[in-house]
Formats: sequence, C-alpha cells, structure tokens
Amino acid sequence: MSDAIEAQNLEKTFGGTVRALDGVSFTVEEGTVFGLLGPNGAGKTTAVRILTTIVDPDAGAARVLGHDVVAEAGRVRSLIGLAGQYAAVDENLTGRENIFMVGRLNHLARDVSARRATELLERFGLTDAGDRTLKTYSGGMRRRLDLAAALVARPPVLFLDEPTTGLDLRSRNDLWEMIESLVDGGTTVLLTTQYLEEADRLARRIAVVDHGRVIAEGTPAQLKADLGATVLDVGLPDPASAASAAEILAQVGTKPPIIDGSSIELPVDDGPQSAMQALRMLDAHALAPTTFVLREPSLDDVFLALTGKRTDVEDEPDAPPPDSGRGRGRGRARSAAPTGGAR
Amino acid sequence: MTTTAQSAPGTAAVAAGGAPTHPDGGSRIGWAVADTFTVVRRNLIVYTRIPEFLFFSTVQPIMFVLLFRYVFGGAIHPPPGYPNYADYLMPGIFVQSVAFGSISTAVGLSEDLQKGLLERFRALPMARSAVLTGRTTADLVRNVFVVAVITAVGYAVGFRIGAGVAAFVAGIVMILLFAYAMSWGFAVIGLSAPNSETAQVMAFPILFPLVFASPAFVNVRSMPGWLQPFANHQPIGVVVNATRALTHGGPTAGPVLQALLWCGGLLVVFVPLAVRQYRRRA
Repeated sequence: MSDAIEAQNLEKTFGGTVRALDGVSFTVEEGTVFGLLGPNGAGKTTAVRILTTIVDPDAGAARVLGHDVVAEAGRVRSLIGLAGQYAAVDENLTGRENIFMVGRLNHLARDVSARRATELLERFGLTDAGDRTLKTYSGGMRRRLDLAAALVARPPVLFLDEPTTGLDLRSRNDLWEMIESLVDGGTTVLLTTQYLEEADRLARRIAVVDHGRVIAEGTPAQLKADLGATVLDVGLPDPASAASAAEILAQVGTKPPIIDGSSIELPVDDGPQSAMQALRMLDAHALAPTTFVLREPSLDDVFLALTGKRTDVEDEPDAPPPDSGRGRGRGRARSAAPTGGAR
Repeated sequence: MTTTAQSAPGTAAVAAGGAPTHPDGGSRIGWAVADTFTVVRRNLIVYTRIPEFLFFSTVQPIMFVLLFRYVFGGAIHPPPGYPNYADYLMPGIFVQSVAFGSISTAVGLSEDLQKGLLERFRALPMARSAVLTGRTTADLVRNVFVVAVITAVGYAVGFRIGAGVAAFVAGIVMILLFAYAMSWGFAVIGLSAPNSETAQVMAFPILFPLVFASPAFVNVRSMPGWLQPFANHQPIGVVVNATRALTHGGPTAGPVLQALLWCGGLLVVFVPLAVRQYRRRA
C-alpha cells in the first residue's frame, strides 16, 4: 500500500468528440508530491476531476488509498482535499465561514470545524481577514483560503489543480512554501501545473501530459537533463542577422538553436559562461543583439525537447469557466513568444 | 476519516482533529439533514449579506399591491361577495409574490454552478441531495419573510381576514408549500440554463401567462371563454382560488384539494428532474 494514487488507462471524452484523456496512467507514492505538467487542454484538470470523483472515467480505473474512485466514491471523498485554480469558495461568506462550512460538510463536529477554521486562518496568514467576506480578498488570498478549506478535515491526499496559475510572483512563492510544509507533514499531493519551475520545485516526480496522454515521466532532474539547464534568448535586428548569429552560436549550445523570426533560442549548459562566450562571438562578427536574456527553461522548452513542437494553446474543454474579473492568462512561460516561423 | 491506519504518517493529526464521524453505517438520512442544514445556513447568510436582494424581493410585490389596489383596482370588477377589492387582490398577490420569488432558486443554483461551487461540493463527502434541498429550503425561509411583509402591507391597504385566523394560516401554509414546489421547478431551470442571466430571462415566459392568465388580479369571467378553463385550472389559478377560499370564506374542500394535488404533482415531476439535472451538470 505504498501508492496513494493509482490511475490506469484513464479515458474520457466530452461531448462525443473532445478527447480529454486518451489512456493516462500514473502512480503516486504515498507522502510525495506528484506533478502533472502540461499546457491548457492537455487533460490535467480532467484527470483531477476523475480522481476526486467529480466525473467518472469512460474507461480505465483509478484508486485513492486503495479505494476505487467510482465504486467507493463516498469513501474516496472523505480521504481527499481539492483546491485549485478556480478557487471554488463562496465570495459572500467570510473566510472563517467558508472553512467552517467545508468542515461541516466533511462531517466534522461544529466545535471542531470552528477550531480548525481558526487554526487554518492563522496558518495561512489570514487571521486578520478571516471575518471579512471573500469579495475583499486578493487573488492570492482566495487561493490560500481555498487551500485552507481543502485541509479542514486533514485529508491524507490532496489535489491541487493549478494552484498558482494567474498569481503574482510573491503570492506564488507564499503558496509554494505552504505546499512544501504540507508535504513535510506527510500529505500526498497531486499537483497540476503549466509551470516547469513549479513542478521542479515541488514535485518528486513529474508526468508531462499533452493531448490526453503522458508523453514523459520522471524526476525533474531527468526531464531537465533533456534540455540543458538554461535557455539563452537572443534577439537581433532582422531575420538575416538572426540566421547568421544562429550559425555562429550553434557551438555554444547543448542543442541546435531555434530561430524564430529575428530571435534565437539556445539551450545552454553553463548559463553565465555560455552567455559571455556568446556575446564575445557575436561581437567578433559585428552582430549587436537587441535583446539578450538568460532564463530557466519553460514548459514550452520541455515540449519542444519532447515533441519537437510548441505547446498548442487551447482551452481545456471541461474546465469550469473562470470567474469574470479574474484573468487566466497562461502565465509568464512563453505566452509572448511569436509562433509559426522557421520550425 | 476512520482510515488512519492507511494514512500517511503526517496525518496522525487526524486523531488530534477531534473525532470526525463518518457516514459509513451511520444514518444516511441524519447526514442528509445535517448537510441540508449547513447549506441552508450558507444560503441564508448570503441573503443577509446582500440586503438589497431581500429589500427588492419585497419591494416588487409591494409595488404590485399598490399598483393593483390604487391604479388598476378601480377599473377591475371583482365577483360578487368581494365588496372590497383588497380582499380579492391579496390572495393573488401572495401567490404571485412566491411565484416570481422562486426565480431566485434558479438564479442562485445557476450562479453556484457557474462559480464551480457545485463541482467542489461533489468532491466533498456530503449528501448529494443537500445542495438542492438546502437551496429550496433556504428559499422557503425567505418566502416566509416575504409573505409576512406582504400580509402587513395588505393590512395597510384594507385587506382583512374573512374566514378566521386558522383558515388564513392554513392558506399561508398552502402558499408556502406551493412556493416550495415552484422552487424545485425553477431549480431545474437554474441547472439547465447556461448562466444565471439566462436562467432569469427563461423564467419570465413561463411565469407571465401563469400569473396573469389567472384569477390572481381579475375576475376570470371577464376573460374570453376559451381562456377561462386555462385560467381556473392551471396551477397558479387553482392555488389562488384555494387561497381566496381560505382567507375570505366560501367552500374550501374542493379548491384546496385541487391545489394540494397540483403542489404534489409539481414536486413529483420536478424533484427527480432537478436531481437528474444536478447529476448531469454539477
């Protein structure tokens, strides 16, 4: 009984045509964080909805702590917590009332629910805001409250569906620290994310999903080994000089550079050293870059390495609509990158 | 949460968290009632957080009272036995108020659905039924409040109980039962509509013919012959007639039996439909 979550060949089709999951299998060892990494529409949320008993799979099976998510759905529900991107909390209730309500619906006694609410508000830095309605909360505070409510019954297995999507950097860091402290406590966590950085920091193992399939699985180190540790983005004044710069810089990178219009993307091993070398070489050829950025590899780079193409951005067919007024951009990863061009 | 044995080490905290009971083997109905109560409480808190909603849900019926009592009333000829139009009008107002008020069941459920709240409820170990029973019961409580306000306003414009307090109270209980049945009907609409705005506009084409092609405000005999059977036998017409018999006097057994049959019929049809729709959408 060392696997807290087992998913076997899960399949799910929506509306007869949209194939959200196309045979997804993975297992999550008890007490660890497992990351499902993929773009919007990859099927991550569908997998979470099946594992949390919200929808039944069309085919395949899943178990949480040994209990089948379809046949023993009631049992599973008492063992799990769910929080995520669409912080499904009641904005007309206060933070305390929200946690209390979820406690009661988890069949905790009134006094236990009330005490847990106080504890959790404090733990998530919401004590001062606890008696205000959620309408007054920022996006980061809502996510924290959502997570607090998911923890009210101390579930041994926690599902976090894109817990930091759309959050600013500071809120994201806060939330990461809170998730890390949970795992120290022994909770098993299944995390979905679009951010390689997030999966890298939190998860012990990662499955990369695309179009309803797992296209790679391993530790963050194994996945990143395919990439080079760092990516160098160089912008040049025009496509012609980009082409010649790419030729010159090819020997600096761990993989051939990718030219996209007048910019180049180059996976490198030793960031600063490679950057200096690249600048020297460009200078020697009288090529002046307009931009020069050294960055961590993104999900897009992982996809590029794994599939040879960029992520297709599309909305997940089954995801509930986001609250109006709250953005759901795909975050910083590569949303600004021009697509098409010389691939 | 009786599974500490299988839980990860860190969840030994389960023990410290008090002894959460588990529905296994316990009384399912007991949990369903407790969960319904939790959801009712949540919905009522939300109502109090939006006082504008409560305020305007009584303003509209009050305006109907004033409109029909003082603007149209003079032109309306109630049947013999109603020298005072307010006595004829108020039963219609009660029924009209709760009928229009049941739209908020549709709007509330539709909003919960839109916000992903119903989906989140599905991942909790709560009774499935509690979302619907909690919503309809909270709306019943709101209707008690609305009916009390309308009764006071009715008194102010000249309405008097004609058939004894017990009969009047029976009439109010019947109206509340009807309101509860209507809430289930609108729960189906709320769970079928793509969003709450649509749920709201979907309600009007259903309610307008039922409310106005009825004896609620005017004597049915003033309507064309082909319309009269509809007006007298559709649910709102039947409930208005029964309420009038209970508040003003006259033979009660027949109209009240018909009204109760309609209420029962609506519940028998709409409760399963709402439950089915809830399972499909949430």
